[in-house]
Amino acid sequence: MKTIKIQLLVNNNEYEVSVSPNETLLDILRERLGLTGTKRGCEIGECGACTVVMNGEAVNSCLILAPQADGSKIMTVEGLMRNGEYHPLQQSFLNHDAVHCGFCTPGMLMSAYVLLQQKQNPTETGIKQAIAGNLCRCTGYQQIVEAIGDVGKKGETD
Amino acid sequence: MPCINYTAKCFAQNIPHAKILSIDVSAVRRLPGVAAVLTAADIPGSKTFGIVTKNQQVLVSDKARYLGDGIVLIAAETREIAGRALRHISVSYRQLPVLSSPDEAMKPEAPSIHEGSNIFSHHKVRKGDVESGFSQADILLERRYQTQHIEHSYLEPEAVLAEPDEQGGVRITGSVQNLFSTRRSVAEVLNLDLAQVQIKQATLGGSFGGKDEASTLLCCRAALLTMATGRPVKMVNSREESMLESYKRHPYNMEYKLGAKRDGTPTAFEIRCIADGGAYASTSAFVTWRSVVQATGPYRCKNVKTDTLAVYTNNNYTGAMRGFGSPQVCFASETLMDELAEKLQMDPLTLRLKVVFRDGDVTATGQKLRHKVSLIEVLNEVAGISDFARKWGQNRNERRKAYPVKKGIGLACSYRGVSLGAEGADAAGVIVSVQTDGSLIVSSGLTDMGQGAQTAIAQIAAEVLGISLARVRFLNTNTSRVPDSGPTVASRTTIMGGSAAKSAAEKVLTAMKPVAAHLIDADNPENIVVQKNHFIDAETGRKVTFSRVADACFQRGVSLFGFGWFKSPKTTWDEETGRGDAYFTFVYGANVAEVEVDTETGKVKVSKFYAAHEVGRAINRAMVEGQIYGGVAMGLGYGLLEEFNFNQGSPTALNFDEYLLATALDVPQVECRIVENPDPVGPFGAKSIGEPANEIAAPAIINAIANATGKRIYQLPANLEQVLLGHKLAGSGARGSENFLG
Ligand code: FES
Ligand code: FES
Repeated sequence: MKTIKIQLLVNNNEYEVSVSPNETLLDILRERLGLTGTKRGCEIGECGACTVVMNGEAVNSCLILAPQADGSKIMTVEGLMRNGEYHPLQQSFLNHDAVHCGFCTPGMLMSAYVLLQQKQNPTETGIKQAIAGNLCRCTGYQQIVEAIGDVGKKGETD
Repeated sequence: MPCINYTAKCFAQNIPHAKILSIDVSAVRRLPGVAAVLTAADIPGSKTFGIVTKNQQVLVSDKARYLGDGIVLIAAETREIAGRALRHISVSYRQLPVLSSPDEAMKPEAPSIHEGSNIFSHHKVRKGDVESGFSQADILLERRYQTQHIEHSYLEPEAVLAEPDEQGGVRITGSVQNLFSTRRSVAEVLNLDLAQVQIKQATLGGSFGGKDEASTLLCCRAALLTMATGRPVKMVNSREESMLESYKRHPYNMEYKLGAKRDGTPTAFEIRCIADGGAYASTSAFVTWRSVVQATGPYRCKNVKTDTLAVYTNNNYTGAMRGFGSPQVCFASETLMDELAEKLQMDPLTLRLKVVFRDGDVTATGQKLRHKVSLIEVLNEVAGISDFARKWGQNRNERRKAYPVKKGIGLACSYRGVSLGAEGADAAGVIVSVQTDGSLIVSSGLTDMGQGAQTAIAQIAAEVLGISLARVRFLNTNTSRVPDSGPTVASRTTIMGGSAAKSAAEKVLTAMKPVAAHLIDADNPENIVVQKNHFIDAETGRKVTFSRVADACFQRGVSLFGFGWFKSPKTTWDEETGRGDAYFTFVYGANVAEVEVDTETGKVKVSKFYAAHEVGRAINRAMVEGQIYGGVAMGLGYGLLEEFNFNQGSPTALNFDEYLLATALDVPQVECRIVENPDPVGPFGAKSIGEPANEIAAPAIINAIANATGKRIYQLPANLEQVLLGHKLAGSGARGSENFLG
């Protein structure tokens, strides 16, 4: 199959990748760049496990064809750590026992990250709306909502 | 050797029930880039596997019994080649009648799906004499209930990696819930010794009972491909493959007849439940056994006659799922109790407080409850925090006026047998190994699937040794390193694994104490206590750090290794008389749901939820709460949203676009109360929570809907049409997603 060269800035690292037109951003992240923190749960944009930040917005990477991502700035869960320290969101998820099996966690963190970038101290409903596209089968969401709310309250958004 | 990343399966295309006449894969074998092509004929050992009855096929050769049956397995170098190879397979079938429900499968003229009768399991409970019970009744209620297939919906689809090992065996890493039963199947299929098959647990992205046979199947297939190619093989199910192939929670058809006195006392229960077992036996016999034991709910009654049957059909097979035969009967018994209250013009709380089990009562199976029975306590707790009685009365009074949105509040309670009970051998082992620097490695045969098993077990070991949890490392389970501890099911992990951990840690502690005594000049090692990473002489107050004692033990050749084995107390069951001491202990729970029902659209919003659960003792509070929140969300899905439907054996949805899970916006705030009545059997008194948290949310919601609208729902889920019209609309038959061949 014909391949296309694309440029990506992922977690502040530059990549040039030859991709097939039918590969998704999710395929590239997991299979080419080895960034397996981003999860594959449905591949039809319903579960949110594959959520990443693309040019400042939370997107389902399973719905983005790799060529569409050419020239984009991407952040995945691997890019959340700062100098070997957990991001406040990650720490808060741990403090609130918001990680059960952990499969939804990377996507949740990405949605939460974008929410806090865009809105300071969001309401409970605001948080629920922001993660409504991220399914979690384990937690019932309560601890996740509390974890995000806590970070919002403290204003540690970056 | 490079890993094979692309595999494909040929399913029984659109023919759920068919005799397979021929399979021709010769064209596939000639395709470049195909590393292996396997059919049942290539399986060296057993072609079937199963936990109770070995009738599930690794690959089918003679007959397809449901759409998820696999016929040919392909390993290829690229995804495209794997996909293309499928088109070169030719299979010819003779179509057989599709038995799409137990009703059809039980007809005398129905063909047998396996050998013999399609009814493959029948359990009964008999107590007293129901006829005389009904004759003493002032009121009789006869109702039918129906529940749906439920997809586990673990967010991570099944995934395994099989690798050949240096000595002719195979090593498998995967998302597997029950490593030991999976290992047994793989060994039998490959004709290897158990010692030659090593299964390592990868972090499980959820399971809820679902990654048992579904993962075993994947492991067997990946192992076959590895043996055939001599290369590592990765197999990952797409969501569509996962939903098509995996087992579901049993749908039940239930008939309940209840007789009661005017004061509410039940005089007789007669219950018959028919479970759709689908294409294979799986754990249906165990699931329906739990149902038969618990079917009446926690109510005192002298006369009980219960029958549960499991029937083969051409739907997906059904097996273990969180609750394991309880969510179905809890829905029936709890909504029936509410109806009884209504008929007697009592409120549902008063009725329950009057007739639930108390200390020393005898259950439907004739078992005397010798532990603390906490039903009254959990009912009062949950009613208290929710202000149940007042709101229930108010909603009922305002029912007529409120329009279009009516408010409701509903209650449900349950008792639940802990661990496997008389279902099977119940024992577990834990290894505790103190390192020379005082840190601790704990390993167990029980798996963590996100429910926090590792934390609970590690915490118990740490508590015995007086060290902080931060110093404990829990190893992911590996079948070659730990003893077979049975399955991680039935909310048995804390009580079984925890007890084994306690005994293992105590052994190490006993060995360490004399050394500690020596280091701090204590006269009597018996007086030494452990606390905050120290050994302390209770008499003199002299102390030494845990790490120093560990090091000193090593220097003196004292073993720092402890193995603990816990076998559950005795349970009994007599299939003939339908009586026995089914479980060694029980847990109790009560839930309250508040809803707002839009009577113009049928939409039900759960606005608040309250849960009180007795757990023996909470080893880790946040974990127990987390299990409750998650259980409620799943129960809400069961009550209102989820249904895995079939049209003539063909699933109507295979992904989350049409199979609806509760999102953050659907789940209300849950307020929980943990009631602690330590159990003499459990480690530090702990019992269980995983499943109790999931079984009564749906009936609490359904009862709340009745409180709001005055109308009863007898069929789950209470979706828009059930609430608005009181019945189900016929399914469209369209498939949710067609591209399940990945
Ligand atoms: S994998 Fe992308 S939304 Fe589910
Ligand atoms: S923690 Fe398991 S899916 Fe969210």
